[in-house]
Amino acid sequence: MSVTAGNSNLVPIGDIPALVIPALGETLIMVGITMTIVVLVGIPLGALIHNLARGGLFENRAAHTTLSWIVSIGRSLPFLILMASIIPFTRLITGTNIGIAAAVVPMSIAGIAFFTRIVENSLRSVPPSFVRVAKASGGSPLQIIATAQLSEAIPSLIGGLTINIIAMIEYSAIAGTIGAGGIGYVAVTYGYQRFDNTVMVATIVILVITVALVQLTGDALVRMTTPHSATAARSRRRLAAAIS
Amino acid sequence: MISLERLTKVYGHGDRAVTVLQDLDFSVDAGEIFAVVGPSGAGKSTLAQCVNLLERPTSGSVVVNGENLSQLSEAQLRVARRTIGTVFQSDGLFSRRTAAQNVALPLQYLGVTPAETKRRVAELLDRVGLSPRASYYPHQLSGGQRQRVGIARALALRPSVLLSDEATSGLDPESTASITALLKELRDDLGLSILFITHEMETVLQVADSVARLDRGHIVESGRLVDLLRDPSSELGLALKPVGNARESGAGENSWVIQYTSTSVPTNWVTALSEALAVPVSLLAASIETINGATVGNATIGLPHTDEAETIEAAARLGLTARRLSAGRVNAGKALENSEQAA
Repeated sequence: MSVTAGNSNLVPIGDIPALVIPALGETLIMVGITMTIVVLVGIPLGALIHNLARGGLFENRAAHTTLSWIVSIGRSLPFLILMASIIPFTRLITGTNIGIAAAVVPMSIAGIAFFTRIVENSLRSVPPSFVRVAKASGGSPLQIIATAQLSEAIPSLIGGLTINIIAMIEYSAIAGTIGAGGIGYVAVTYGYQRFDNTVMVATIVILVITVALVQLTGDALVRMTTPHSATAARSRRRLAAAIS
Repeated sequence: MISLERLTKVYGHGDRAVTVLQDLDFSVDAGEIFAVVGPSGAGKSTLAQCVNLLERPTSGSVVVNGENLSQLSEAQLRVARRTIGTVFQSDGLFSRRTAAQNVALPLQYLGVTPAETKRRVAELLDRVGLSPRASYYPHQLSGGQRQRVGIARALALRPSVLLSDEATSGLDPESTASITALLKELRDDLGLSILFITHEMETVLQVADSVARLDRGHIVESGRLVDLLRDPSSELGLALKPVGNARESGAGENSWVIQYTSTSVPTNWVTALSEALAVPVSLLAASIETINGATVGNATIGLPHTDEAETIEAAARLGLTARRLSAGRVNAGKALENSEQAA
């Protein structure tokens, strides 16, 4: 559909940056605060669930099943439903149910559930022999989790974190529909409700660029933290230098 | 010194209980390398985990330098584990840590200061001959080098007992030889008690002072390596040094299996035996080597029809045991080995 000249609600092209850039800032703040909470809670929670499982450091079937169920419930609700259903809780914590603060609560809950599973999955891919090595070397449970589990899983955790951040950018757009602000809010109110295709395209471009940057940064960090690929890259450069 | 006293490990309860280790009794003195061999499923990994206290024995005890380690609380166990260094199978190095950082791991857990850690790590890497590789990651090291790092790490807390859990499995023969040489050197220099668990008979010949054979959770045979090799009735001795595939004896000859059973077998025993019996001796197969300073060996020879008792006596005077093979049993050693594998 082409833009109709008679639509007086359209934002002039010159004004689009002034509309979209602060909105991007809001999105980044929302995702930034959420991800901080998600990492701070998700890593210990994921490590705890991993070690409550059979063969873990604190094997406990009942506790593992309970926590696992709670996380699964968090994972299974569609975000829109989760957000709506916990409004009383959100209001209790933040005193409001609109704006950035209100969006951070449901986003954190969904994000924690998401990231906890990612942490568990990353820890599962670390060879269990490392835990035996750490135990035999005299490590305490916390030292073992830090050195033989999380540290070895760092590249995989960063990869998971990248996926999680991108999912949170998407969730922030959904949160935008209930007035949380941010790029999603602009896309919905201008692009969707007012048929302002120029604003719609601008938000899409900005989201694509943001997501691509997050992904590229994540991939680079994964490479940097994996000794195997880091040295491989160095030797490739050396080879290239030798040939030229 | 480490000793196991009636060590038993049972998994499961009631009807589903499986006894993996039953009443194991042995001790490894300071400065001794004690090998435990056995097929897979014999209980070797469980034994290793009971010795380095990753598993609690169901009954019996693990005693290191007079202290019973099997009755300790979880926190005390962590301290006790420091008296036992473990070298794991080659997958034991943390992939995101350099060789030096891997060696530093036990020191870091203990809370040793960075300066002291650095000094000790340099000393340990030098000890295992890997100083130039300190900042290499595991994937940049060969299998043998990785295992040297593993040994350095196991020694970080100055243990009195070193447990080697299949440490040479999966290494090429050259690396295996360099690792066993290093273990012997450490045994001599540091007076370590080394418990060497493996499924490789050849490695046992290279490294062990004493050896025990573990089968289905029981120690079925044990003794000093040289004694077992000199004992013609020892199955373990034969398994460690099987009689090689021999040529068929010529027409009119009988095949005999000869085994070194004394310390003073003359090097020219073939000639000596030939003279004593006044017949020519055909050599059909032979394997003679020096292990821990003692000569051991076996051979298959062909003799014309001689008097059996006289032959055995002549061999005995030379420090050898002779056993005549009936026709068709030329490859007796091989056959025994096969039947063992089938079992």
